[in-house]
Amino acid sequence: MNNDKKTAEHRRYDRMVKAMTPGSDDLHGYIRAFWVGGLICAIGQVLSLFGEKVLGLPEGSDGMFTSIALIFLGVLLTGLGVYDDIGRYAGAGSIVPITGFANSMAAPAIEFRREGLVLGVGAKLFTVAGPVLVYGLSASIAAGVAWWLIGGMA
Amino acid sequence: MDLFITLLKAFVVGGLICCVGQALLMHTQLTSARILVLFVVSGVVLTALGLYKPLVDFAGAGATVPLLGFGYSLAMGAMQGARSDGLLGAVTGGLVRTAAGIASAVIFGLAASLIFKPHAKR
Repeated sequence: MNNDKKTAEHRRYDRMVKAMTPGSDDLHGYIRAFWVGGLICAIGQVLSLFGEKVLGLPEGSDGMFTSIALIFLGVLLTGLGVYDDIGRYAGAGSIVPITGFANSMAAPAIEFRREGLVLGVGAKLFTVAGPVLVYGLSASIAAGVAWWLIGGMA
Repeated sequence: MDLFITLLKAFVVGGLICCVGQALLMHTQLTSARILVLFVVSGVVLTALGLYKPLVDFAGAGATVPLLGFGYSLAMGAMQGARSDGLLGAVTGGLVRTAAGIASAVIFGLAASLIFKPHAKR
C-alpha cells in the first residue's frame, strides 16, 4: 500500500518535472536548435567570406580564420555567462557548432580555476576536448594510413 | 543575391545538422560530451568515405562549423598528408590542419579562466 502511494506520487512528480522542463516540447526543441545552430553557421559563412574577400586570405586560411574567430566568440560568451543562456534555449544548436566545442573547454576551466592552474584550469580545459581529440585524431590517423595503403597499391 | 543564397545554404544545412544533434539529445541518453565525440568521429568516417566533401562544397560553413566539420578537417589533413608525405603525413596531417582551432581554443580558454569569475548556476 505504501508502495502504491509512492508510485502515484512519483507519477505526479514526473508530470510536474515534464511540465516545468524548458524545451521539453519536441518540435520547439528542433526549431530552436535549427535556427540558433543555423545562425551560428551563417555567421561562420560571413566570417569566411570576410577573410577571403576583405582580408585576402589564401584558400584554406579563411577556414582557419573562421574557426579562430568563432572559438574566440564562443569563449567570450562563455566567460560572460551568455553561452549558458543560449545553451538552455537552443540545446544541440549551441553544442554542435564549434562554438560549443569552445564552450566545453572554457566553461569547466573557469569553474575549476579555484582548484589551481594545473589540475584546475589545465586539466579541466580538456574534460570534453580530451576525448574529442583522442577519438577524432585516432580516427583521422586510421583514415590517413588507409589512404596511404590504398595509394601504395595504386 | 549570390551572397544571400550562400548564407541561406549555410544556415539551412548547419541548422539541420544541429537538429540531428537535438534528436540524439532528446531521444537517447547520450550526454553532450558523447555527442561531440560522435560527431567528430562521424565527420572523419564520412570524409574518408568521400561523402562529406560534397556537402562542404555545397554548404560551406554550414558543413564546416558543426563538429562534423572538425572531423572533416582532421580526415582531409590526414589523407592529404598521406598523399604528400607518406606514412608520416598520415599521422601528422590531421593535427596540422586543425592546429589553428585547437591552439586558439587552448589559449582563449586559458585566458578566459584567468579573466572571468565563475557564474552561479541558474
